[in-house]
Amino acid sequence: MKHKKSKVVSYNKWGYIFLLPFTIVYVVFSLIPLVSTVYNSFFENYRSGLTQIGPNFVGLANFQTLLTNGELLPYFGNTMIMWVMGFIPQILLSLLLGAWFSDPQLRLKAAGFFKSVIYLPNLIMASAFAMLFFTLFADTGPINSILINIGIGQFRFMSHAWSVRGLVAFMNLLMWFGNTTILLMAGMLGIDTSLFEAAQVDGATSTDVFFKITLPLLRPILIYVMITSLVGGLQMFDVPQILTNGTGDPMRTSMTLIMYLNKHLFSKNFGLAGALSVLMFFITGILSLIVFKVTNTKVE
Amino acid sequence: MKRKALSMILATAMVAATIVPATAVNAEEEGKVLNIYCWNDEFTTRVQDCYPGYEVVDATHGKIGDVDVVWNSTPNQDNAYQNALDTALLGQADAAADDKVDMFLIEADYALKYIDSEYAMPIADLGITDDDTASQFQYTKDIVTDANGVLKGLSWQACPSVLIYRRDIATEVLGSDDPETVQAAVSDWDTFMATAAQMKEAGYQMTASCDDPFRVFSNNVTSKWVEDGKINIDENIMNWVKMAKEMVDNGYTTTAGLWSDDWSKGFYPDGNAFCYFGPAWLFDFSMAADTEGSIGYDGGWAVTEGPQPFFWGGTWICGAAGTDNPTLVADIMKTMTCNADVMTTIATEKNDFVNNQGVMEGLAEDENFGDAILGGQNPISMFLAGVGTIDMSNISNYDQGCNEAFQNAMHNYFDGNATFEEAIDLFNKAVIEKYPELSPADVPAAE
Repeated sequence: MKHKKSKVVSYNKWGYIFLLPFTIVYVVFSLIPLVSTVYNSFFENYRSGLTQIGPNFVGLANFQTLLTNGELLPYFGNTMIMWVMGFIPQILLSLLLGAWFSDPQLRLKAAGFFKSVIYLPNLIMASAFAMLFFTLFADTGPINSILINIGIGQFRFMSHAWSVRGLVAFMNLLMWFGNTTILLMAGMLGIDTSLFEAAQVDGATSTDVFFKITLPLLRPILIYVMITSLVGGLQMFDVPQILTNGTGDPMRTSMTLIMYLNKHLFSKNFGLAGALSVLMFFITGILSLIVFKVTNTKVE
Repeated sequence: MKRKALSMILATAMVAATIVPATAVNAEEEGKVLNIYCWNDEFTTRVQDCYPGYEVVDATHGKIGDVDVVWNSTPNQDNAYQNALDTALLGQADAAADDKVDMFLIEADYALKYIDSEYAMPIADLGITDDDTASQFQYTKDIVTDANGVLKGLSWQACPSVLIYRRDIATEVLGSDDPETVQAAVSDWDTFMATAAQMKEAGYQMTASCDDPFRVFSNNVTSKWVEDGKINIDENIMNWVKMAKEMVDNGYTTTAGLWSDDWSKGFYPDGNAFCYFGPAWLFDFSMAADTEGSIGYDGGWAVTEGPQPFFWGGTWICGAAGTDNPTLVADIMKTMTCNADVMTTIATEKNDFVNNQGVMEGLAEDENFGDAILGGQNPISMFLAGVGTIDMSNISNYDQGCNEAFQNAMHNYFDGNATFEEAIDLFNKAVIEKYPELSPADVPAAE
């Protein structure tokens, strides 16, 4: 009996050993940076040329600076506006494509091919994609050449707030709708087909089926898509950064929170950057909770 | 054990290197890797072509004897190069011998930051004497002389600047591409604006960007960008704002940034910009003169003095304190900036305005010398006329960050996306993000 017991214990040991790689990677690459970010946020710590200032403990002064200089709110607004402008068309397009792809009655030809094609934009590096758009929509770029040739005249895309935001949103849409479509399609294919058949027998139209069966049963996947997209949206950086050459112009109307963070990190201002990151952490957490609550309460 | 032995040998070598005076050290006992920090390949190509014994390995690697030369290049924009260099220099004391910065390049916009620090070696410590640098232009030495009067850098070029114009547009609109005719049309800012109106009527832009004349104004300021820790906007910078706003409003130019695609369009025949402002390196090195079909390739540019003398840029070479290759660093600096033969080669083959009075005066009078990019025009006497007037007393450590941020912020005002006050506010924000210790500038009167 004693022998057997020791064998059980030695099996348990393997459990911990298998957990170890994840724990180590998590602690080294996530937990320690997280804690050090919070720690850094309480210090005045930057470099002026070749002179290091600090680190001096300043308590909550960095948070006070950020919350009172009136910059956080506009940048948060920009981030959310550009995310919403991209996300709403994206989710509609993805739902439509997902419904088509998962509907066996349509007998789509080469569905696999198209599924790959819509995913392709996501494989391009975001910065390369932004560079491409920057060149395409430059004042003397090809799009403006076309506009001039067909008689509309030049439009300076980079000098108007809404055209820059629109371009950012459009790029994010192009890059991510494939990914969302695949996720939603997986959710739709997971729905029991007998439900669709039963509805058809009862005389439901395909619109009824979509709104009364597909959508409600898709809710968990939809929540997942929304939260991941929201978190990704809050971290929007590379596309607007490259498109506006880091300025967020015109008048910083396309500057996102992470671009603002980058400005501080670029001048090695670890104190303010740390404080901004901590605030971002809370904003992301709170928004995710709200999305989760709102989408969940409707379930009866 | 092996590693221990190796570190013992290295430590002994380092101690030995500090005891023996730098000039007496045989180059063969010095480090095997020469690290050079730079932001483009301008100096690289000059070393490749002119430094005796340099063998090219690839674009960023070379060999001099048995020393490996490594070019560490970081783009200049948005203080990126300065940040990379700062990080390397701050780690200099702890870096392994082969990783130490041995030599770095700097620009006038931030030269003081390094010259007033302990990281740049005095030239005298490298064994280069006043006699060696006697024929260099005084302003190139003023910029890299620290607060105590110690010279800490050397340059192979001087950058007096001129107005660079397109011959074909000058002929069409002004009747002649002769420098004197064009000079009469741009002799001061009022005639410059009148010519701009003429250009607009003919369907051309006066300049590719409203930022083109910026340097002319910012070099003729009477105060620094930062005074006593407070950002300061000079009166002459305001003169630029007024003129640039008028130019943009009247359609004489656009708000494309310098170095942008839209700005560079003017290097080609289908771009429609009449003139650029700049020194020799701009039209020789940066205006696509190597590209077939460009205006420079076909010798379509010419130069004239323009409304006001100014200078732009210039690259200085500094020896990094703590280098393990002092002899080689000294020799490269001396050969590339003091040797009259090398200077002549750079001037005639690369068309740089080199930092040697004798060589340049000789070339100015040489009737056979002409720049193919300028259709055979010899611009040297114009540059020589400007080089004496360069006044470096108002440069500060913050110039690059302030110049870039100011132009960016003002574009919003010129484009009508912001009022003047809002644009100044944005400028203050952007500068303080780069230099958190500064306090914001007051809003100057807009009119």
